[in-house]
Amino acid sequence: MAQIVVENLVKTFKVGRRQAGLWNALKGVARREYTTVRALDGVSFSLEPGELVGYIGPNGAGKSTTVKVLGGIMVPDSGRCEVMGLVPWKARMAHVARIGVVFGQRCQLMWDLPAADSFDLLRDIYRVPAAVHRKKRDMLVERLRLAELLTVPVRQLSLGQRMRCDLAASLLHAPPLLFLDEPTIGLDAVSKLAVREFVRDLNRENGVTVILTTHDMDDIEALCSRVIMIGRGQILFDGTLEKLRSCIPMERRLVVNGVAGEVALDIAGVRQVTREGDRLSLHFDPDRIPPADLIAQLSRQFLVRDFLVENQPIEETVARLYAEWRL
Amino acid sequence: MRAYAALLRLRCLLLLQYRVAAFAGICTQVFFGLVRVMIFDGFFRSSSLAQPMSFAHTVTYIWLGQALLGMLPWNGDREVQDLIRTGNVSYELCRPVNLNGLWLSRCVALRSAPTALRAVPVILTASLLMPPEYRLAPPASAAAALAWALTTAGAVLLAAAITNLYSIALLWTISGEGIARLVPPFVALLGGMLIPLSFFPDWMQPLLRWLPFSGLMDVPFRLYLGQLGPGDLAGALAHQLGWAFGLALLGQWLISRGLKRVVVQGG
Repeated sequence: MAQIVVENLVKTFKVGRRQAGLWNALKGVARREYTTVRALDGVSFSLEPGELVGYIGPNGAGKSTTVKVLGGIMVPDSGRCEVMGLVPWKARMAHVARIGVVFGQRCQLMWDLPAADSFDLLRDIYRVPAAVHRKKRDMLVERLRLAELLTVPVRQLSLGQRMRCDLAASLLHAPPLLFLDEPTIGLDAVSKLAVREFVRDLNRENGVTVILTTHDMDDIEALCSRVIMIGRGQILFDGTLEKLRSCIPMERRLVVNGVAGEVALDIAGVRQVTREGDRLSLHFDPDRIPPADLIAQLSRQFLVRDFLVENQPIEETVARLYAEWRL
Repeated sequence: MRAYAALLRLRCLLLLQYRVAAFAGICTQVFFGLVRVMIFDGFFRSSSLAQPMSFAHTVTYIWLGQALLGMLPWNGDREVQDLIRTGNVSYELCRPVNLNGLWLSRCVALRSAPTALRAVPVILTASLLMPPEYRLAPPASAAAALAWALTTAGAVLLAAAITNLYSIALLWTISGEGIARLVPPFVALLGGMLIPLSFFPDWMQPLLRWLPFSGLMDVPFRLYLGQLGPGDLAGALAHQLGWAFGLALLGQWLISRGLKRVVVQGG
C-alpha cells in the first residue's frame, strides 16, 4: 500500500509584476499587472513506506510547493493527494501529527531560547508522554551529538549545529514520514556528512520514509535510491540514479596528471578537453573510443604517468539535463 | 490545552529577559505620567466647573494607565508578524494545534509578562516618590482591589484577542503595518488612555461603554477607585469576556479563510 499518492496536482500563483523604477512603481499603484505561474502543473507520483527519495529540480521548479502541499500547509487548485490515507489540507491536524518537516532555510526552534526549551514545547504540542519523549530525546541527542548545544540560546549556534538541533526537533514525535527541504544548504563539509549519515541511518534502521529536496547532488548520490526530477511544475524523470545517468549519452571523464609542454589532440569520440596547469581532463564516449585505446593514443604524444577514469559527476548530468529540457 | 499553556509560559520567560527594554519603558512611562498629571493639574486649576471625576481620582487613573500601558493592544506580536513576513509560518502550520489558539497564547504572554515587569516599579514610584498631591492612591477598599485584579485579568484576555487580529491581518497584507498602525490610536483614545472616559461628552457614553475598549482600562480603573461598586463586577467581566470570546471567534474565522489562500513567502 502506497504511503503517499499524488495525482495530477495543480497549483497556480498570481505574481505581481512591475519594472524597476519610480514611474513604474507609480503605475503599479493604479493598475497591477499579474501573471499566473503554474508552480505545479499536473504532478503525479507515489511512494512506498521506507523509501528515500531525492526530489530535485532547478530553483522555482515546484519542489518546495510540492512539499508544502504534502505538508498540509498549502491547498492546491486541483488534483488528488493522500498521505497515509489522509488528505493533508483537509485533515491538517491529524496529518501533521504524523509527519516531520525540516526547512533548511528556516528555523523551527525559538531563536532566543535554548533548544531544550523548544524540545519541551514540542513535547507538549505533539502530546508525547513524558517518558517516551525523554527516551526519544536522549537517543537523538546522542546520535546527533547535541549534549553541549541544548543549553545555548539557539541564535548563538552555528548553522551546522542549528541544523542538527532542527533535525532532532522534527523527529521528537517519531513520525514515520520526514520531509527534508534542502537540509544541507549552507553547511560545511563535516556538518553535511553528519546530516547525511544521520538521515541514512534513520531510513535504514527505523524505516522512516524520507523525501529530500536538495540542490546538492552529493546528497542524492549518498542517500537516494530513487530520484524524482521536476521542472516548470512537471515531473520530468522518476527512477533510479543509474537510469537518470543514462538519460544523456554516457560519458566518462579521463584525468591525466603531470602533462608537460604543448598538447594538440584531435581524437574521435572525445568531446571536450580542458587543461589546468599540468592536469588534462577529457570527456569521452566509451562506446566510440575504449579507455585503453584513448590512453594508448595519449601516451604516443606524451608520457602518461598518472591517470584516472571516472563517471561523469551527477552534478554535470543534471546540469545538462536542465539545459536540454530548457529549465 | 497543555501546548498552549506551555507556549504561554515559554513566551513569558522570554519576554521577561528583556531587562533593558523594561527599564527604558519604566523611565518613559513615569516621565509621561508626570507630564499628563501636570496637564490635568493645570486643567483642574483653570476650571471652576464641576468635573465628572475629582483631581485625586484622575491622578490615580493616570498612574494606573501608565503602569499598565503595555497591556493595551498598541502593537502586534512581532514574532508572529515576522513568522508571516518571512514565511516561517510554515512551521506553525506543520504543528497539530489550532493556529488561532497558538497565536492567542502568544498574545496573552505579550500583553501580560512585559507589563507585569514594568507595572510594579511604576506603581511603586508613583505611590511613594511623587509629591503628595501627585501620588497614586491605594484601592478604595479590599473589595475594590479584588474587583480590579479580576477585571485586569479579563482585560489581558480582551487585549490579547485584539492584538491577535493585527497579526491575522498580515495574512492579507504582507507589509501589514496598516492595521497595526491604524488601530492603536483609536484604542488609546477609546480605552481611556489619553483622557479618562468619564470626561467624554454624555452622548458618547453609551457608545464608549458598549465598545470593547472601555474594558481594557477604564472599567478596571473605576472599580479600583470605587466609582463602580462590587455590584458592577459581574457586568464588567461579562462585557470583557464576551468581547474577548467574540473577537477570538472572529480571529478563528479569519484564519481559516486566510489559510486557504496562503502563499508562503520566499520559496
